[in-house]
Amino acid sequence: MALLKRPPSNEARYVVAERDAWTSAADGAPVADAADVLVSLARLEAEHATLLSRTGRTGVRLPNDRGLDPIAPWLDRLALVAIEFPKHTDGRGYSLARLLRERHGFRGEVRAVGNVLRDNLLFMHRCGFDAFELDPKYGPGGLDPAEALKAFDDFDVFYQAASDVRLPLWKRVSRS
Amino acid sequence: MYVYDEHDRRLVRERAAQLRDQVHRRVHGELTEEEFRPLRLQNGLYLQLHAYMLRIAIPYGLLSSTQLRKLADITRRFDRGYAHFTTRQNLQLNWPKLEDVPTILDELATVEMHAIQTSGNCIRNVTADPYAGVAADEVIDPRPYCEILRQWSTFHPELAALPRKFKLALTGAADDRAAIAVHDIGIRVVRNEAGEIGFDYYVGGGQGRTPLLAERIRAFVPERDLLSYTEAVLRVYNLEGRRDNKYKARIKILVKELGIEAFRAQVEEEHAKIKDDPALVLEAAEIERVKRYFVPPSYERFASDGATSIEALRLGKDRELARWAKGNLTAHRVPGYAIVHLSLKSRLAPPGDVTADQMDAVADLADRFSLGRIVVTHRQNLVLTDVAARDLREVHAALAALGFATPNVDRITDMITCPGLDYCDLANARSIPIADDITKRFDDLDWVFDVGPLTLNISGCINACGHHHVGNIGILGIDKQGEEFYQLMLGGSGGQGVGGADAALGRILGRALSASEVAPAIERIVRAYVDIRTSEDETFIEAYHRLGSEPFKEAVYGALKAAAE
Repeated sequence: MALLKRPPSNEARYVVAERDAWTSAADGAPVADAADVLVSLARLEAEHATLLSRTGRTGVRLPNDRGLDPIAPWLDRLALVAIEFPKHTDGRGYSLARLLRERHGFRGEVRAVGNVLRDNLLFMHRCGFDAFELDPKYGPGGLDPAEALKAFDDFDVFYQAASDVRLPLWKRVSRS
Repeated sequence: MYVYDEHDRRLVRERAAQLRDQVHRRVHGELTEEEFRPLRLQNGLYLQLHAYMLRIAIPYGLLSSTQLRKLADITRRFDRGYAHFTTRQNLQLNWPKLEDVPTILDELATVEMHAIQTSGNCIRNVTADPYAGVAADEVIDPRPYCEILRQWSTFHPELAALPRKFKLALTGAADDRAAIAVHDIGIRVVRNEAGEIGFDYYVGGGQGRTPLLAERIRAFVPERDLLSYTEAVLRVYNLEGRRDNKYKARIKILVKELGIEAFRAQVEEEHAKIKDDPALVLEAAEIERVKRYFVPPSYERFASDGATSIEALRLGKDRELARWAKGNLTAHRVPGYAIVHLSLKSRLAPPGDVTADQMDAVADLADRFSLGRIVVTHRQNLVLTDVAARDLREVHAALAALGFATPNVDRITDMITCPGLDYCDLANARSIPIADDITKRFDDLDWVFDVGPLTLNISGCINACGHHHVGNIGILGIDKQGEEFYQLMLGGSGGQGVGGADAALGRILGRALSASEVAPAIERIVRAYVDIRTSEDETFIEAYHRLGSEPFKEAVYGALKAAAE
């Protein structure tokens, strides 16, 4: 599983991350106190008291069909929200990411997981995602993560505001 | 009309380059067809029965002569020399090669055109009243708002994977000629009592297998809230619209299942949170900037208002010219000018089809006689919007030579017809041969004219691309054990633009007919109408509303029964 992220040293460019700081913990599996762990929504709902009082950071995998209400109570203590794309054609995750950023002011990592394809990356970035898991099972020969990075440069003109640029083109540049 | 600046130009070039790369990856096996599908669709590229089909966007139907010449050039170089105007005011190429499509996009970009979002589950080309800017009954020109919505919706990153396609239509006139009631969002640009501009806003209309008329969600959305309100509607739809069944995924189903009150409550709640976001507030300066592209041209002032010369043509000895002047001219806002319709419905070609040579010729006519502008109508015709009355005779002669002067606009042979089984992957039945049968049967132009305004729409399947639900007479092709049959519907209307009736959905008349029974049945319906109308002023749709379907049922099925006995 390749992960695309922006390194702290260069916030302007995405790269293929060398390692993922986060480990996924299956429901019921033990969780170390200092580990940065990604858990299911069910586990967060059941064990939020213990999970969130650890020294390590906690992230949650969010299904895309229940809105943000299920995680809203803990957003200020979550460091990662991984929004699931069950199919690349299911666009609910785009709205959820924007609401996380723009309405809830969430500053942690918003990661796109599931059926994430190269040609969706730029729009995902515009909606507030800042990390992308590329599952090798997608794409005919698996996705080439280095090749996928080019997608962020497909466009540099954006008419409308989103989570990346907060004003529409006509408020950013002089148009005549 | 709107003119691209450096940003618009850059965007369409970037799009062409992106699609070139995507096609390259598809051809080299780096994308599966399933992955490529939404990418090509958002660029208007369909895989059809025989070949790819490319749908080129014509925003709100408005073309310059330069653009039309480029379309002719593309049609000649990359297709078979003809193309098809659609009910969404776009143009379709039926036979482009996949490898040529990126080059076609490069060519389109040189004349400020593209194929962005002409299909796929995204916000589609915004359509408008074809007489926008010149209609005598216009209150406000809707085109600047169409353009503002076009830019807002182009590559909107949040709204590119909606549950289903999404169509907007706008009108700013008293009579609705944009069929706003059968769109996902329909907008009437209005003024309130204080004189402020705003939007009478409808949601949830559509045709297809579950035809529904849009419901009013708010009677007056202020001008500044156009984008925030639209984004709120789309966000609620993106999150709440059904994704479990593509046939229930349009916004109309969400509105119907929730009920308009509950849907409105969700939209209003969302809107309240974003309406003051500077990202979405539509400022007066931006509206003024876009409106400057649509200021009326400087029309000539004529000594006479032209009415006399138009009336003289209508009453003149030249019967062909008189019929055309009565049938294919519409009143212009400016005295001395006329709106001239080019009928793309003759026996010479399938409805909406034009050749490259015809496109070039129309572009030349537009330059000589109509300020270089051409509009595509949702009834699949073309319009020259600004022809001086003194030039009408000459324009008629030129149009007659092109085969575009059939005086049948808004008459029975001015049919909307989908491509049908001859071209389309989805169709159950052929549409074009049925249209052709009907046209042959109504070849007496005097009679067609005498019958008066009457819309006849034909779809080859329940997806309703031929708008059969809103034809005064609708014909729907169905498949019965491998054989093509046709259901007749009566009473539909797209809006007050033709025949004066409000938008309505047609109702099935009776059992489906075989292909050979259709044209005779249509003739019987029309003859029955002519017999029972109170006067020539009572249109078909008005007579239908007065009498219901019984007389027409009797005319069609009584005759079939008698023939069987």
